Amino acid sequence: MTSSDLIRRTAAELADLLTAGEVSSRELTEAHLERVSAVDERIHAYLHVDAEGALAAAADVDRRRAAGESLPAAAGVPIAVKDVLTTKGLPTTCGSRILEGWIPPYDATVVRRLKEAGLPILGKTNMDEFAMGSSTEHSAYGPTRNPWDLERIPGGSGGGSAAAVGSFQAPWAIGTDTGGSIRQPAAVTGTVGTKPTYGGVSRYGLVALASSLDQAGPCTRTVLDAALLHEIIGGHDPMDSTSIADPLPPVVEAARRADVSGMRIGIVRELTGEGFQAGVQQRFDEAVAHLVDAGAEVVEVSCPSFTYALATYYLILPSEASSNLAKFDAMRYGMRVWPEGAPDASAEQVMAATRDAGFGDEVKRRIILGTYALSSGYYDAYYGSAQKVRRLIANEFAAAFTRADVLISPTAPTTAFRFGDKLDDPMAMYLNDIATIPANLAGLPGISVPSGLAPEDGLPTGFQVLAPAMADDRLYAVGAALEARLLAEWAAPLLDGAPDVTSLPMPAAATKEDAR
Amino acid sequence: MSTSTQRTTDAVLDYDDVVAAYDPVMGLEVHVELHTNTKMFCGCPTAFGAEPNTQVCPVCLGLPGALPVVNAVAVESAIRIGLALNCEIASWCRFARKNYFYPDMPKNFQTSQYDEPIAFNGWLDVEVPAESGEGTEVFRVEIERAHMEEDTGKSTHVGGATGRIHGATHSLVDYNRAGIPLIEIVTKPILGAGERAPEVARAYVAGLRDLLKALDVSDVRMEQGSMRCDVNLSLMPKGADRFGTRSETKNVNSLRSVERAVRYEMCRHGAVLQGGGSIVQETRHWHEDTGVTTSGREKSDADDYRYFPEPDLVPVAPPREWVEQLRTTLPEPPAERRKRLQSDWGFSDLEMRDVVNAGLVELIQETVVAGASPAAARKWWSGEIARRANAEGQDVPTYAAVLGVTPRHVVELESLVTSGRLNDSMARQVWEGVLAGEGTPTEVSDARGLELVQDSGALEAAVDEVIAANPDIADKIRDGKVQAVGALIGQVMKTMKGQADASAVRELIIAKLT
Ligand SMILES: [Zn+2]
Repeated sequence: MTSSDLIRRTAAELADLLTAGEVSSRELTEAHLERVSAVDERIHAYLHVDAEGALAAAADVDRRRAAGESLPAAAGVPIAVKDVLTTKGLPTTCGSRILEGWIPPYDATVVRRLKEAGLPILGKTNMDEFAMGSSTEHSAYGPTRNPWDLERIPGGSGGGSAAAVGSFQAPWAIGTDTGGSIRQPAAVTGTVGTKPTYGGVSRYGLVALASSLDQAGPCTRTVLDAALLHEIIGGHDPMDSTSIADPLPPVVEAARRADVSGMRIGIVRELTGEGFQAGVQQRFDEAVAHLVDAGAEVVEVSCPSFTYALATYYLILPSEASSNLAKFDAMRYGMRVWPEGAPDASAEQVMAATRDAGFGDEVKRRIILGTYALSSGYYDAYYGSAQKVRRLIANEFAAAFTRADVLISPTAPTTAFRFGDKLDDPMAMYLNDIATIPANLAGLPGISVPSGLAPEDGLPTGFQVLAPAMADDRLYAVGAALEARLLAEWAAPLLDGAPDVTSLPMPAAATKEDAR
Repeated sequence: MSTSTQRTTDAVLDYDDVVAAYDPVMGLEVHVELHTNTKMFCGCPTAFGAEPNTQVCPVCLGLPGALPVVNAVAVESAIRIGLALNCEIASWCRFARKNYFYPDMPKNFQTSQYDEPIAFNGWLDVEVPAESGEGTEVFRVEIERAHMEEDTGKSTHVGGATGRIHGATHSLVDYNRAGIPLIEIVTKPILGAGERAPEVARAYVAGLRDLLKALDVSDVRMEQGSMRCDVNLSLMPKGADRFGTRSETKNVNSLRSVERAVRYEMCRHGAVLQGGGSIVQETRHWHEDTGVTTSGREKSDADDYRYFPEPDLVPVAPPREWVEQLRTTLPEPPAERRKRLQSDWGFSDLEMRDVVNAGLVELIQETVVAGASPAAARKWWSGEIARRANAEGQDVPTYAAVLGVTPRHVVELESLVTSGRLNDSMARQVWEGVLAGEGTPTEVSDARGLELVQDSGALEAAVDEVIAANPDIADKIRDGKVQAVGALIGQVMKTMKGQADASAVRELIIAKLT
């Protein structure tokens, strides 16, 4: 098997090959590292590649397998990790200058679980600074490019993980989703991404953007792979107080069964139609028809307060972020900038100078918003009201789930937009997350699976499924059923139709700011 | 930021004039470090005095990605404190973030409780001298709230003259203290204390300390900072019903200082108000050495901590049954216990009041439990050692701990007296030796050669000698004027250099002359 064959396999297939002894983890890891060398100059999915660490981990798995040890099912399948999760001994920048050079002394629980499962970590993937953005343009180290079109965004904030998986630089990856940062990149890169139930995956070691919204999850090319990875990283963690103690729902079983017969799927009226690109809507409608064909029943539900979800989100997120990001003060780690012309600067002056130099505009914008929303005299009107609307949204979800087993919508209103298109218009950027944000506000699980290519631009479109809390298995049942039908229709995975990245001309503006 | 340049002496009004014209209103905020094994939100140890930055982890250093987990023992302690302070216990409450930047605060927010404290609406009865001037009476201090929070790290400013930040060349931060569980106990405004306000403040802090000690939740060592007091004070003209502007005096860290700081602030406020000025709402620093406060930082509405519920923690919702079970673990309330002890010990009201004011209840109880009589325990702990402790500005238990003097020493001393080995004046000398670190009472009495002469031959010889030298007095006694014996006893004792038992001498003389 050539290395270019290997990298196109799914993680589940690779796990089987490893178990059968047909390939070694070292070969797999090397194949992916070669791919990274070949294409990442164009894509810039990775901020840091850890060839040495990954190969050592692979060698360890191979040695244990050779010794006859019983290993976890996916042991030896390499993985990429979003640069927002701490990795002991590996840089963790969160896409920000302020953390440049910081080497965490501890592993995030998710990372620890990956290591325990025997997954070599290829490297850390690019992201919008502190996960603030929907395009990865806000990374301090330069944007990641969409493998389908290097002039377009790969989504965000986890554009690096989605693009790595979409361009075969990793079989799978870890992302994090605060308002759609796993699902929207999946949609615009033709990959699969799951945001688990809030509390389903430990947040310990996930550098917080908005603590009540953040959730780590899988970025993959197939629904089954997502379920397998979900199972590896999920489950209770005593280090995270908000982690759910109940056992993980049977996600892998649901993905394998792919059964939607008798399932009621609810189309959310507020998340379709107006404002959604025609091709996106068209692929969504076709997907619904496939599910009906597979035995599902369609109902329409209305959640009027979803109209306020975006406003609510942009009060809660900046409020929490303004506090979470306060710790980046140059006192204990990361960047330290001495204010100019002040040799006797006080600690406060150093903090201010560092934060001014270390944070990008989008981060500053949100810190200012959040600081304002929390200030005395405004708290009730902003943060307080937002919490009330949040409750309302959760209530409407609960009501909708009495009528439907899952809710569905297009993942993002449009296909991937061009770089710079929304840079000067934050509101337009924020609107990209209109369909994904409600699930974060209510703590519910959601998945995005590819639904095809929009006829008008030939770019991937995503189909979103949302389920009640701790019913993540339903995402996989619906996602896998749709995936199977579409695969039958297309006769090949969607990504087979993506351009060959190595043949694409180096984009003019692709010179990385990153001097890694 | 500096205060050293502002050590100007504020004008003060005579205390009697202050209380004649104004009513003081106090608010006392006490921070107590719990002596849990681990910190509030992580597993780091809490031992006092470790090498700087050795008791830290990603959580209490506030490293990116780390998350807090609430220490269940701290919650239990907080509930027990709340119950002991007669508070209601919240059935559901949350932590909040108090946001402000300071280098000794790793996250640049303190995880605390804001509008949902674990305990609220309680009271503590304290004993203060009666208004009539005779005996004591109970003064009820209302408790606003008791809430949980974490301590900050500790900054040391190096290179400056006073250890303050002003003039320092650099600062060092020790994060061992960061994340130690704290309970903040806040009183409602204390009204009606009048001229006794300083004593009420002291009695309250002392009462709280005794209670927390009895609960065994904290070391309550004010000198180590495990109990810290902030004093808020304002004055209003007698008869007024609107509070005046208050000052907040921080870190008043001994019982004596609490009393002095209240008194000082009353006099300072009095002078400002009397002079037609107005009080600035500000933080003030207490100076133990000079007994004055100086202006810290002006406090204003600009202080905005942007509190919001801590999203990294789930609410604390103690089940009722648990709270009730904890209620059964409460020790006897100190005030009731004091009444019981007073009766057990047979102390008069006055004796008991002195013992309480001197903070000796626990020490006496321990000494009695160790085997001493209550009278002896009171006598030795409230004598010379109390005088010296006072001169050092310390309380007796602390001072005794520093000297290494224990209840066992008192027990031993008493037994030396009752066994007849020492008389009272010799026992006092032995005690001085013990306080001077010369050893146990037995060791001191051996070393100093202090022992009553048991040798009857030597005593008889001395008695015969004195009788022979005083024939007139001897005759009087022979005639039945027994009261004259005192003159001979004194002379015998002098001959014996004090090392004789006076009652034995008396018996011997009378036996020889009648
Ligand atoms: Zn710690």
